[in-house]
Amino acid sequence: MSTNVTLLIVMGVLFAVGIYLLLERSLTRVLLGIVVLGNGVNLLILASGGRRGEAPLYEADLGAEEYSDPLPQALILTAIVITFAVTAFMLGMIYRSWAISRADVVADDDEDLRVSQQSTFDFEEDSPVPEDTTEFDGDEIQPDTIQETGPRA
Amino acid sequence: MLLVLIALFAVAGIAPFLFRMLGRSTFYVLAAVPALAFVWLLANFSSFIEADQGAASGSPNAPPVQMFNWLPSLGVHLDFRMDALAAVLCLLVLGVGALVLFYCARYFKNEDPHTGAFGAQLLAFAASMFGLVTADDMILMFIFWELTTILSFLLIGFNRTRMGARRSALTALMVTTFGGLTMLAGLIMLGTAAGTYRISEVLALAPELTRMGTYIDVAIVLMLVGAISKSALIPFHFWLPGAMAAPTPVSAYLHAAAMVKAGIYLIARFAPGFHETAFWQPVLLWLGLATMLIGGWRALKQNDLKLVLAYGTVSQLGFLVLILGIGTPNAAMAGLAMMLAHGFFKATLFLIVGIIDHKSGTRDIRQLSGLRSSSPVLFVVAVIAAASMAGVPPLFGFVAKEAVYESLLEHASSNGAPGMVLLLGVMLGSAMTFAYAARFLWGGFARKAGMKPTPFPKVPWLFLAPLLVLTLATVVFAWVPGSLEAAITPYVGLFPAADHPIHLAIWHGFTPALGLSLVSMSAGVVIFVARKRISKVQAMVPAYFDAERDYKLIITGVDNLAIWLTGRTQRGSLSFYLVVILMTALVLPTVVSLWLQTPAPGNLIAFDTPAQLVIGCIMILGALGALQANRRFLAVLMVSVSGYGMAAIFALQGAPDLAVTQLLVETIVLVAFVLALRALPVELWSKNPTGHRLVRALIGIGFGASMIYIAATSMASRIADPISLAYPELAYTGGAGKNIVNVTLVDMRAWDTFGEITVLAAAATGVASLIFVRGRGDKTLNAALVPRGSVDHGSEAIGGASHSRSGMAVAKNFAISSKDSWLVAGHTLAPERRSITFEVVTRLLFHTILLASVYLLLAGHNTPGGGFAGGLLAGLALAIRYLAGGRVELAEAIPVSPGTLMGSGLALAAASAVAPLFFGAQIFTSAAIEFSWPLFGDHKFVTSTIFDIGVYLVVVGLVIDVLRSLGSEIDERSEGRSPTDTHDLVSDAETGVGR
Repeated sequence: MSTNVTLLIVMGVLFAVGIYLLLERSLTRVLLGIVVLGNGVNLLILASGGRRGEAPLYEADLGAEEYSDPLPQALILTAIVITFAVTAFMLGMIYRSWAISRADVVADDDEDLRVSQQSTFDFEEDSPVPEDTTEFDGDEIQPDTIQETGPRA
Repeated sequence: MLLVLIALFAVAGIAPFLFRMLGRSTFYVLAAVPALAFVWLLANFSSFIEADQGAASGSPNAPPVQMFNWLPSLGVHLDFRMDALAAVLCLLVLGVGALVLFYCARYFKNEDPHTGAFGAQLLAFAASMFGLVTADDMILMFIFWELTTILSFLLIGFNRTRMGARRSALTALMVTTFGGLTMLAGLIMLGTAAGTYRISEVLALAPELTRMGTYIDVAIVLMLVGAISKSALIPFHFWLPGAMAAPTPVSAYLHAAAMVKAGIYLIARFAPGFHETAFWQPVLLWLGLATMLIGGWRALKQNDLKLVLAYGTVSQLGFLVLILGIGTPNAAMAGLAMMLAHGFFKATLFLIVGIIDHKSGTRDIRQLSGLRSSSPVLFVVAVIAAASMAGVPPLFGFVAKEAVYESLLEHASSNGAPGMVLLLGVMLGSAMTFAYAARFLWGGFARKAGMKPTPFPKVPWLFLAPLLVLTLATVVFAWVPGSLEAAITPYVGLFPAADHPIHLAIWHGFTPALGLSLVSMSAGVVIFVARKRISKVQAMVPAYFDAERDYKLIITGVDNLAIWLTGRTQRGSLSFYLVVILMTALVLPTVVSLWLQTPAPGNLIAFDTPAQLVIGCIMILGALGALQANRRFLAVLMVSVSGYGMAAIFALQGAPDLAVTQLLVETIVLVAFVLALRALPVELWSKNPTGHRLVRALIGIGFGASMIYIAATSMASRIADPISLAYPELAYTGGAGKNIVNVTLVDMRAWDTFGEITVLAAAATGVASLIFVRGRGDKTLNAALVPRGSVDHGSEAIGGASHSRSGMAVAKNFAISSKDSWLVAGHTLAPERRSITFEVVTRLLFHTILLASVYLLLAGHNTPGGGFAGGLLAGLALAIRYLAGGRVELAEAIPVSPGTLMGSGLALAAASAVAPLFFGAQIFTSAAIEFSWPLFGDHKFVTSTIFDIGVYLVVVGLVIDVLRSLGSEIDERSEGRSPTDTHDLVSDAETGVGR
């Protein structure tokens, strides 16, 4: 099959721009990156269908290879609509992020940073525990303290 | 026997409810279950031991079996088989289980919370042990094995408020699970080699298997790791003393009589077939001996009575493993006898400690004094049990130990020096056993110099009864060991017959074994008498070998590694993650495609039409423009340029459906962008631009270039015809439609589309939830109830100069005139927001567009269009209406909530999918109905159009949700404020200003 250089180069540029934008901190640019990337992917699928052909509207006297490949088209159609839904969702997120924290940038996750900086000492695992020589603390005869003693460390 | 298993588990299941009604007396009910099972066991005992032990399951004289298919394709079955070995183990499991549960009824208080769960776990443990020893399938056995591990974890951690108990429980779980998983690997290797998981068959195949050499040797070692971890052998022994944090009845049952015997059972089970494999004897004999000696040594320095017993148990378990590891018939006889003896006396001793702790409040040797005189009955019981442990005649412990010495002498005579070392080691170990038994008695009961007698109330008989029963067994079986020997003998028969078979008896005459017993007992007396000197030595000798410390080091090391690894990989920076993902996606396929020597790109053409080249250039410019733009909307517009370019490319390429859809989506996305981002600052950068521009550019360019290369080579590699060559014919004849793309979506690949519209509905709900926060905001707005000119008052800045005073006057005039109402809710909009041109145009266009959208939907089966395009066009019509007349207008335009729209759309699509089932066809089968109406002519209706209508409704609902959320709701939140004013609710709450 033939390879359309123009389509591939445009696709490559859209990929490059999309990824550059995706790696930004500004949420708007990230979203634009996703949109551009989506266009690039659609172009890739389209190009993989081969040369241009007749619109895939059935005509009895046309051979199957005369049409432009309908399968990539069906895939792209769903992709276009899904990208719309994702874009709308991300717009909602950008607005919410702005409304709540006055920020439209991707911030580092504090929780992740805290995890990576935590100490290896774990109170539950590593603190010393005194030896127990009875299950029946305090009250010698009435062993109802089994549950009520609380942490002893 | 399955009935017994089910009954045990079932009563365990209802135990918590019984406890609520009966309190601690429930333990008597629970004890009755294993007791009844024990009676059943004794009643049928002859059928278990008289059967041919080696016979295949199902043959006439085989032991009783029950077999059910479970996972036949994996060769895993629910097979149970009660042979002599299982029956002997069941004596301990059920007998001691019933006694311990009986004992619990006096050990716990009625007021103790959680006893319900405790009783259930203890009984479930008995059930699991029963299942473990009767299971005749290795995988089934493993499941019961791990059940006992989990129940042991729960029972050790019973005192959940104590950190020590929690920690010990976790340690026991980790160690025994590690062993269990290793064992699983061994069992699977064994099962794979044998071609069956049925234990009796594997043992029957043992001679062939052992000839396989290293593979089986390794499998057996892996299996033994499970046994030695469960039975607390070195280097896993440390979990057992830790497990003493459990309530004492648990220690008596799990950690003396039953669970730790699971490892012994496993060794006994596989010994007849596999004791000659390469690693069997080295591992079991020497680890067993080392465990026996170290356990005894440690037991001698404990001051907690329970720890004396715990280390004593470790020592005895090593002893048992050693004997059963020898693999001779005499050793097998001695080993099982010793195991029974141990079950009798060790459970008794633990129960004694429980009573002492219960009545005096301590188990510390240094605090107990004078119990001998305050509780003579308890003292007598303790003396008998401890003497049996020490191997003192005339008790069953002595009988068993005699048999052990006999078999060790036999082993030593045929194995030379190693056998002698083993014999001497066992004698030393027995001497220490005698010494710590004496230490136990002295520490628990003696009147110590300079100490007042510990106050000790009378022990009720019900509390003592279980101990008395066990003690009775210890005494009686010493005199009539024949019945136990009869129970063990069938198992012994699995080994090749011995030259001089031994018998259990209290008096064999003056034999060498008796001499060895006397020597080790005398040594034990010496060790006990010299205890002060020995403890000085013990204090001086550092712990060269401290497995617990090593375990902690390993756990800490794992912790450190986890934190280090998390810190390196989980940095909390999205860009970092993306770079890692993208670099992987960039490098891996590129390297692979180069390495695989994929064909070089070939058959290149520059472009299909010159127009393609022009549009391509415009798209590239648009994309690059988006990179440079530093104003928000400029960037959006630049991206739109490339988006509209896509539509043109689609049109040129012969894809009219795509062109239409792309055009519509691009327009609606543009509207959505503007609506959502109007609240944000005009400048793109609220802070400094992101750094690392060069790195990002390199990654982007590299990725683009690699995608070009991969796409080109993959296209050049194509050798098969595309499957879509069949599509035109399929669409026309099968789907009754001419638009192949549309038929693909609604018929041939309708499942995909159904999935997609579900995602659309989810995304729409997501958008609504993000903006409305509470619910989907499906409230109704009525134009009649909204004051005139109240909506959108001064929300966005309007260019001052172009809005002259006279213009405002016209607008106000327009606003108050009631006759020219072009839109339903136009009058609700603020006067300066209204545009007469826009309203008139909207009025003229709206219904036309809506009609066109319905046409696209219905005609889409044969001409470009369909549910997606139609739905988007209808959405566009609504967007125009919203922009012209504000949010009330939108609400008036579509009285149905978008949630309802999407729900009915999904329901319609689902109905069209399911309906064919009622006509005997498959899901998503379509049918064409031809009809002719006067005036309308001949028509053909294809049922997949109903599915497309569902798609249409979902897409309309999605667009409305976007308009309502990003449009109406943000309008309402920012009403009366300029775009740079705060739009959020948080600061409203803080400042007290707001609506």
